[in-house]
Amino acid sequence: MSVKGKVFKYGNDVDTDVIIPARHLTSADPTHLAAHCMEDIDSSFVNEVRSGDIMVAGENFGCGSSREHAPIAIKASGISLVIAASFARIFYRNAINVGLPIMECPEAVAAISKGDEVEADFDTGVITDITTGETFTAKPFPEFIKRIIDAGGLVPYTKSKTEA
Amino acid sequence: MGMTMTQKILAAHAGLTEVKAGDLIEAKLDKVLGNDVTTPPAIKVFENMGAKDVFDRERVIMVPDHFTPNKDIKSAELTKCMRCFAREHNTSNYFELGQKGMGIEHVIIPDNGLIFPGDAIIGADSHTCTYGALGAFSTGVGSTDLACAMASGSTWFKVPEAIKVVLIGKPSLYVTGKDIILHLIGLIGVDGALYKSLEFTGDGVRELSMDQRLTISNMAIECGGKNGIFPVDEVTLEYIAKTDPDRFARKEFTVYEADADAEYSEVINIDLSEVPLTVALPHLPSNTRPASEVKDMKIDQVVIGSCTNGREEDIRTAAELFAGKKVADGVRCIVIPGSQRVYRKALDEGWLAIFDDAGCVISTPTCGPCLGGHMGILAEGERCVSTTNRNFVGRMGHVKSEVILSGVPVAVASAVKGFVATPDDM
Repeated sequence: MSVKGKVFKYGNDVDTDVIIPARHLTSADPTHLAAHCMEDIDSSFVNEVRSGDIMVAGENFGCGSSREHAPIAIKASGISLVIAASFARIFYRNAINVGLPIMECPEAVAAISKGDEVEADFDTGVITDITTGETFTAKPFPEFIKRIIDAGGLVPYTKSKTEA
Repeated sequence: MGMTMTQKILAAHAGLTEVKAGDLIEAKLDKVLGNDVTTPPAIKVFENMGAKDVFDRERVIMVPDHFTPNKDIKSAELTKCMRCFAREHNTSNYFELGQKGMGIEHVIIPDNGLIFPGDAIIGADSHTCTYGALGAFSTGVGSTDLACAMASGSTWFKVPEAIKVVLIGKPSLYVTGKDIILHLIGLIGVDGALYKSLEFTGDGVRELSMDQRLTISNMAIECGGKNGIFPVDEVTLEYIAKTDPDRFARKEFTVYEADADAEYSEVINIDLSEVPLTVALPHLPSNTRPASEVKDMKIDQVVIGSCTNGREEDIRTAAELFAGKKVADGVRCIVIPGSQRVYRKALDEGWLAIFDDAGCVISTPTCGPCLGGHMGILAEGERCVSTTNRNFVGRMGHVKSEVILSGVPVAVASAVKGFVATPDDM
């Protein structure tokens, strides 16, 4: 499976408080969360993002609070993939659990610019910057994580285990 | 190959004799917990997955603390959702406002005797790493992980490698656990311990009270740590003997020690006598400076409390320093005891009267302003010295407000002076 879209680019240490500020956490409704996604560091994001677009960021993406509302907000905003140099631990789990595709690839992050058209293939891990023609390969997921992703997230994975 | 303390706890909970960094394991959990923000989405997942019962009604803990006392109708619906679930499943550890054992989750859960050395805990709150102070493995997760753990009593972990933090010496006057952990985060950065354990050790550990250790472990997440764990010593044993005398008497806990040949990715030595009173300037906890170097920064508000610094020792220290002093004109100082028990202690000991006389406002236990929830939100351009744990953009209010993190002594001195200050300035 592959995705293609325009890049929104951010720096290092994007925390979950700026992805979705706590003042909006009185509801976990994806549409509500998407309407406020990234508003404290990029007020134009929600108006400019189109379904399929790709978020690219530096080290330690999603640090801070454990709020699962953060990957839910990003996914509901239409973002099809987050590529980062590295992910904070809890965000990494949460993204996989809620089905927000993520890829770790510092080389791609260093080379891709805001507004570039990027395509990524989840099966091969190949990321192509269509604008510049460069290609990169993301770090593959461990087998165990792949099984969770293939099952469709942690819930179906847990279900398949408890029912077995 | 030897194992770290964390690896030993994880191995035991996975039914394995040995694990190594990078292994993916399925571990049984002693406690799982959530709060009013993270539990309602977990309940939805729990119900959608068709789960009928929680795995153990005594091991699922729910604490309404983030937006409580309910700040608006939506937050009232969140706590109602959690309360109804707790009643329906007859869980024994749902804490209601005003109960003796109530307060901020990471203050009350150890204090109520729910955590013992060697336990494995996950919580849908990033500061769940607090309980490492007791020699337990504990870490934060999201709502879906919580939901699955509520149903199954287990979860998966990648076995972390560890950074060994060797503490030596004795902290100077007024230097607290908060200064020590801010100092460490300043050294290694907000992702310095990403995916790793922080394992504290060394002779300096014995100089730290349990409340100080809880503050240090609490902020392990602020440098990306999976957990931050302390060895078990007399301080730990004395603490758990008090919090659950029955379990202590039954010896229902295991003291793990790292093997002498355990492997660490890094060893960091900290001489506690050289740690200065430390603050973290906006907008990252790693943006640390000695408090004495930033003294001219004018402030509008001071917050003393939170899961980081709302414990009895914190509130007592605040009272001792505030005695006979006044909050500076133009500064609002909000004191938030972290639990009903700490609040009552402050009432009985006369600390609340000291705060009131000093011109502070005293709040019921709540996370409140720490996460920009309520009870002390900042306006545009305002600056707050806070004993909380995060100073991200917009964390306590307006996107153009600022939070400076500090320990209790610097917070009190700053409230009295009206700018960032140390107790020597008072």
